[in-house]
Amino acid sequence: MTAPVQEAALALRLDGITKRFGALTANGDVSLDLRSGEILALLGENGAGKTTLMNILFGHYVADEGQVLVNSGNGSLTELEPGSPHAALEAGIGMVHQHFTLAENLSALDNILLGTQSLATLSTARAPARAKLEDLMARSGLTVSLDARISQLSVGEKQRVEILKALYRDARVLVLDEPTAVLTPQESETLFATLKTLADDGLGIIFISHKLAEVIASSHRVAVLRGGCKVADLPTASCDQRKLAELMVGHEIVETIRTEKEAGRSLFVLKRIFAGQGRDALQDVDLDLKSGEILGIAGVSGNGQTTFAKVISGLEPIVSGEMLLEDQPLTHVDARKMIDIGLARIPEDRHHDGIVGAMSVSENLAIESIRKPENQSFGLLRFAAIRERARSLIKAYDIRCQSEDSPARLLSGGNIQKIVLARTLETMPKVVLAAQPSRGLDVGATSDVHKRLLAARDRGAGVILISEDLDELMRLSDRIAVIHRGKLSEANPTEMLDRSTLGLRMAGHDGEEAA
Amino acid sequence: MIRFEPRGPVPVSRVLSVLVAAAVAALLLAAIPMAFAGLSVFGAYGLMVKGAFGSMFAFTEMLTRATPLILTGLAAAVAFRAKLWNIGAEGQLYAGAMAAVAVGTGAFGGPSLFLIPLVILAGALAGGLVMLGPTLLKTRLGVDEVVTTLLLNFIILLFVQMMLEGPMKDPMGMGWPQSEPILDEAALPKLMARMRIHWGLIIALVASLGVYFMLKRTVWGFEIRAVGENAAAARHSGIPVTATFVRVGLISGALAGLAGVGEVAGLKGYLTADLSPGFGYSGIVVAMLAGLSPVGVIIAALFIASIFVGADSMSRATGVSNYLADLMVAMSLLCVLVAGLFLRFKIRLVGAPAAKETAK
Repeated sequence: MTAPVQEAALALRLDGITKRFGALTANGDVSLDLRSGEILALLGENGAGKTTLMNILFGHYVADEGQVLVNSGNGSLTELEPGSPHAALEAGIGMVHQHFTLAENLSALDNILLGTQSLATLSTARAPARAKLEDLMARSGLTVSLDARISQLSVGEKQRVEILKALYRDARVLVLDEPTAVLTPQESETLFATLKTLADDGLGIIFISHKLAEVIASSHRVAVLRGGCKVADLPTASCDQRKLAELMVGHEIVETIRTEKEAGRSLFVLKRIFAGQGRDALQDVDLDLKSGEILGIAGVSGNGQTTFAKVISGLEPIVSGEMLLEDQPLTHVDARKMIDIGLARIPEDRHHDGIVGAMSVSENLAIESIRKPENQSFGLLRFAAIRERARSLIKAYDIRCQSEDSPARLLSGGNIQKIVLARTLETMPKVVLAAQPSRGLDVGATSDVHKRLLAARDRGAGVILISEDLDELMRLSDRIAVIHRGKLSEANPTEMLDRSTLGLRMAGHDGEEAA
Repeated sequence: MIRFEPRGPVPVSRVLSVLVAAAVAALLLAAIPMAFAGLSVFGAYGLMVKGAFGSMFAFTEMLTRATPLILTGLAAAVAFRAKLWNIGAEGQLYAGAMAAVAVGTGAFGGPSLFLIPLVILAGALAGGLVMLGPTLLKTRLGVDEVVTTLLLNFIILLFVQMMLEGPMKDPMGMGWPQSEPILDEAALPKLMARMRIHWGLIIALVASLGVYFMLKRTVWGFEIRAVGENAAAARHSGIPVTATFVRVGLISGALAGLAGVGEVAGLKGYLTADLSPGFGYSGIVVAMLAGLSPVGVIIAALFIASIFVGADSMSRATGVSNYLADLMVAMSLLCVLVAGLFLRFKIRLVGAPAAKETAK
């Protein structure tokens, strides 16, 4: 992107911010400058301290050391009162959280005005506010219907309301936390075009991201956080993806490669499945998973993926339709039965559904097979065998823990995922359902997950990979289908697809229209 | 500003010392109203210790009082482990007592070897069945078991009163609402001559060890712990969550039922509607004090029984109400809960000065 405006005034300065949570240092002596009219990308892996830093800026947290300085409009920097979102708002800092903070049952206008006017204001007094917003919308291109209820808006529109909310309060600095996490590729492009317009208008913008492509495409400058510390602060023009990735991870990255492979026979078939209720319901879903393939399911979150995963996991009953494994119809399924017939399930929310945090690593490794003879006899647990097996799995899957007796909740997200992988994959399942398997994991753990899934595929298992990350899907999948509003598109070979086709399907346009 | 920072694992010695400190703090806090009541604090506590431990009689009385508390404490502990909130041990206790009386007052004849196990089984079964209803309502219809188990207590107590005025009334009872006495062959034997302490204590201790063993060593225990700690993950991992709840409900109810068996077949000999001075509810306190540990339940029950028995004795000597015992038990629970907070979190006072500086 074009060179940043070097001579513009400083809008914001973070000076030596340190924040500790117990023994964990979330931010260590981080300093950061932002100029007016500049788009700064804050890049880092999950847990690198990006969100913590922005929460300190916005007053949700108080830094243990360091201070936040803001240009209050007159050119000089003044210290911002720590721990006060109100002060941050007053000083012209607007924040768009990853999870929107909108009242669903109020109109867009009400949401934008919330907190700026007293409750007793007559609706006629809103005319000036409306005029100001109309003007803002015209200048920034952020158009939304002000009178629509938030619950009626799409995710992209809700995000626009959030940005307008900040602009309405005369923000001079706008912070966006992972703004593209919930958007389709097309919506993301529109967002960045808008941000560019706003920056040209003098707004200082920080956006948090871990997606390299969008950082390169849409920022002037990039600051990289790793382990809570700033490890780089560079003009974006001087970076490429590889360099940023290595800065982010701290070492060279070996990418997993999918080798071409002939797909096998039909393995797991869904026929005209209806299930679930509301927005996340499945509508007439067909699927034909072959052995030895990874079938990717793309889609913006909340389009039925959760119900889809639950149905295959045996946790959600089918309203109508048929499920077949190796031509045998599956009826009256529950989680137990799915496990027993050789279906490995990697849950979307590994902390909530994957492990029992208070129980030990070895117990979590045995939990799916606790009633198998190798783990119990006559209802008594075979401790020695359970721990023996745990030790070998810990070794084989490189699970980093103090011992097999430590509580599972003490492990990092990546190691928790390894527990789930170890206990599900070592039973040599026929079908693997991986729901968002790398969400929230760092690069190393992600590549480990990918390797395991590819290994399962290469030995002949059928893998269903549900993901919101197009790069991950395109790298791993042999075929990709798109889920939108509970309907699953036909699965096409990955080679025949590109990002924009997938993006259009994710937004609900079918393949023919896109072509 | 007060800030809570989570702690890592804490050594056992630390846990024990904090618990002792909590008990001491509770006694100190309870000393305040004692002083207001005009007692000499040391004198009063001295009387309490004497009342609970001062003689063989006092000691066995304390153990007798601890017996039902161990069982109702276990009932709460095992259910709470699965996050099944059984608040109905009081009702289950009466159901167990009623069943014991029903089979133990002459409906069946025979030697002790037959009658005592029969009475025990009947009581356990009745307690378990009472808990079955709330458990099924919870798993099938999502009805909150706190409400159902709590309200069942009153239903069962009223039912007991009805039975004691009607079919179960002792014709030789001079009109008192009490049941016929349990046959000698069906009664739990005394442990010591001339004392009230009975075999119920042995049953309670064995039950504690049994529950400990079950939770730690068996598949059922594994499943109970998994369901209690994270029901979603347990269900996802193929653990039969509903069956586990039903099982735990039956076990919990049965333990409370056993407490009722002990009270009628070991102690009183017949059923009255004032059989339990709230043993079911105190069992919840016992379980919480014990941190839901089945072995800890024994210690917590002994602690609470000493306070009750000691306070009764002190009350008789000084004329101060024995409600003081309830106060001390409540203080202990609060202090132990606060101690638990200290064990899990470091508490630091921070932030305030920094904020003031910038406000200028």
